[in-house]
Amino acid sequence: MRRTTYREITGQYVGFYGLMAGLGVLILLSLAAAWHMEHQGHHVTGMTNQIVWGMPHVLAIFLIVAASGALNVASIGTVFGRTWYKPLGRLSGLLALALLVGGLAVLVLDLGRADRILVAMTTYNFKSIFAWNIYLYTGFMAVVVVYLWVQMERRMNRFAPAAGLVAMIWRLVLTTGTGSIFGFLVARQAYDAAVLAPLFIAMSLSLGLASFNLTLAATCRGTGLELGDGLVSRLGRLLGVLAAVVLYFTAVQHLTNLYAAEHAGVERFILLEGGVFTALFWLGQVLLGGLVPIALVFTLPAGRALGRVVLASILVFLGGIAQIYVIVIGGQAYPLVLFPGKEVQSSFFDGVVMSYAPSLPEITLGVGGFAMAAAIVMVGLRSLRFLPESLADAALDPHHRAAATDAEEKAPA
Amino acid sequence: MTGRTPQQGFDPQRRRFLSAAAAAAGVTLAPGVTLYGVTAAGSAAARAPEDPVTSSVRWGLLVDVNKCRDGCNACVTACVEENGLRGNGRPETDAQWIRKVELRDPSTGAKRSLPLMCQHCASPPCVDVCPTGASFRRADGIVLVDKHICIGCRYCMLACPYKARSFIHEVVEDQKPYAPRGKGTVESCTFCVHRVDEGRTPACVEACAEAGGDAMTFGDLNDPNSRISKQVAAYVTDQIRPDLGLDPGVRYRNL
Amino acid sequence: MGRRLVLALLLLLAPAAAAAQDSDAGRVPLPTIVKGKGEACVADTAYMRRYHMTELDHQRDETMHRGVRTRKFSLKECVDCHATLAPTGGYVSVNAPGQFCRSCHDYAAVTIDCFQCHAARPGEKETKRAGAFPRTAGKFRQESEVQ
Repeated sequence: MRRTTYREITGQYVGFYGLMAGLGVLILLSLAAAWHMEHQGHHVTGMTNQIVWGMPHVLAIFLIVAASGALNVASIGTVFGRTWYKPLGRLSGLLALALLVGGLAVLVLDLGRADRILVAMTTYNFKSIFAWNIYLYTGFMAVVVVYLWVQMERRMNRFAPAAGLVAMIWRLVLTTGTGSIFGFLVARQAYDAAVLAPLFIAMSLSLGLASFNLTLAATCRGTGLELGDGLVSRLGRLLGVLAAVVLYFTAVQHLTNLYAAEHAGVERFILLEGGVFTALFWLGQVLLGGLVPIALVFTLPAGRALGRVVLASILVFLGGIAQIYVIVIGGQAYPLVLFPGKEVQSSFFDGVVMSYAPSLPEITLGVGGFAMAAAIVMVGLRSLRFLPESLADAALDPHHRAAATDAEEKAPA
Repeated sequence: MTGRTPQQGFDPQRRRFLSAAAAAAGVTLAPGVTLYGVTAAGSAAARAPEDPVTSSVRWGLLVDVNKCRDGCNACVTACVEENGLRGNGRPETDAQWIRKVELRDPSTGAKRSLPLMCQHCASPPCVDVCPTGASFRRADGIVLVDKHICIGCRYCMLACPYKARSFIHEVVEDQKPYAPRGKGTVESCTFCVHRVDEGRTPACVEACAEAGGDAMTFGDLNDPNSRISKQVAAYVTDQIRPDLGLDPGVRYRNL
Repeated sequence: MGRRLVLALLLLLAPAAAAAQDSDAGRVPLPTIVKGKGEACVADTAYMRRYHMTELDHQRDETMHRGVRTRKFSLKECVDCHATLAPTGGYVSVNAPGQFCRSCHDYAAVTIDCFQCHAARPGEKETKRAGAFPRTAGKFRQESEVQ
């Protein structure tokens, strides 16, 4: 196999800088939204003392979870040695970094005292899974940077499988930590479940790959990079498998709860009577974010896979947002059970299903995280050699997979 | 003086002793010192202002639900007044440290009315989840938020099984000097820690007694001679969500 | 053309602006230190200037986490002593422009976070109570009479 050569993107000034300017506007708007929330206090948002985490958290969790999963492609290439995915490893790492930075920015800017970020970085309670996550997130960034370096620096290439393995284990732990933010909430009927950790891992794999597919398709379209149908089909089918895994864990989560009479209330709420949450669950997550994309990618027309895979990726992406919305907001909207078996009433909305309407500043802040991630990817692609010269199927040489891998691995610098 | 004393939580015997001690101290010591010596009376060992709290004391509150009248809001009003919790007319975002909850058993129709506030758990979930350690439990069992290091993430609010915490959604002005509170941090019932450290009872307890309810008893659960310990020993009392195993400092009788 | 005109105007105005600033005696006005009640602060002025925040930080952790309520470096005591009476009655916030805390901090260009949460005026009770706690002390006296 020919050695893969990588390049920066060049030219396309109008399109590139136009898009960058657009993203810049979104980022500035999100900063303005954060300032507004900070200055006025959170009463200008839809968040209350009952729904304490809102749209910023939904979108930030999406970004963080997707960041971990965006590294799928790099892992498959370096850890599992699949040549098809190898040339995409660098882009995969870049996207993972960018998504994580975007997600953390949203999370931090939503804090009541975002000005105390230094306190959060220096004062720790190690019993808190949240504190652990601060380490897991910053550590993930460091690991991915090293991983990118050993991939991009030829003399270090031989360490790529080891770095890839560390990165893969790290991201599994990271997503376990993110899922456990909810899994460890003993008091809440909708959370307090060990299955949330593997569910979040599955979500990260699926949402991260969907984000990667969309990034790849957009990049190839923008730069004129050829994208082979065989590669696209593989990415598409992999997405289908991962989306099915998410559905599996979702089924386990709800079936387990349904079995316990104690949890019948919250299940009835999410699955039947929750209004917008029920709709988002069945239509958003299960149908449009799960069954439809799975059907799309397993019936790909030969030679014309790209359109369908992009559509499936968009659906999985949106379905993921719906799913996290149901988990985060729906779980809080359902009233906390303080007195099992009793009807309760108070001035503090005890026993009342809360409604939540995300406000414009919240949504703007969250969208800014996505813009930030996109901008980081674009700057990265422009300044360093993340993209291979070609992604045509012939360049990926599917016929001499094992031999090619070895040859590439052993080639002297 | 009549039989009704505002300091319901205190054991009369110790009070008698401490009153005598106070008289003696008043003779020998400067007024400023006397003050603290006397007023730290609620604890098993009177605590001087320079002494830190210790775990030899565990502050607790017993609510006799039979004596808590439906429609009476004296404890809530007293809390709002004491801690300066003026709202902004937005019930969804205004802070509530204590609230009255009306219960109804749907199968029998039986009704109950009770005050609910931070339960000052021995194993508080809010303290476990707090990333910076701003949520903490004082040695004497009072669960507090150190607003100097609270970053406003609200994870403790998600973790609290009693919905006892509020996030400050707006700028606060004219705070009480002894109850600092500000936008962007989380807060909850402090057991009126500023009063407890002076040897007084929480404002809600005092108000309940003054309103003739006498439904709340405050005191040291570690002191076998305190009124609350005697009552907890004599009667069956309940915790809210005992299944969680948090060992709350607030107990309910006749729930 | 337009750009050159703006540049010329700026060049013309610059010395004038500088002169105007120079005549503003010292530019940043020196802080006006409002005198507190009582004879002297809890420590000498030089020490308090340099270390008041160290002491306040230390005291805050002692009080918050360990329930130590000594008065020497308590922020509440600072406010009680350094707040001035308003001509219209009541106290002026120590965080108001020109008042004790603000005047110095404005001069040093250091923001004060304390009063986002802490009261910047003495409370009503504090003024009544000053020196003794008549209410509590009275209660105990009454009870001893009863016994």
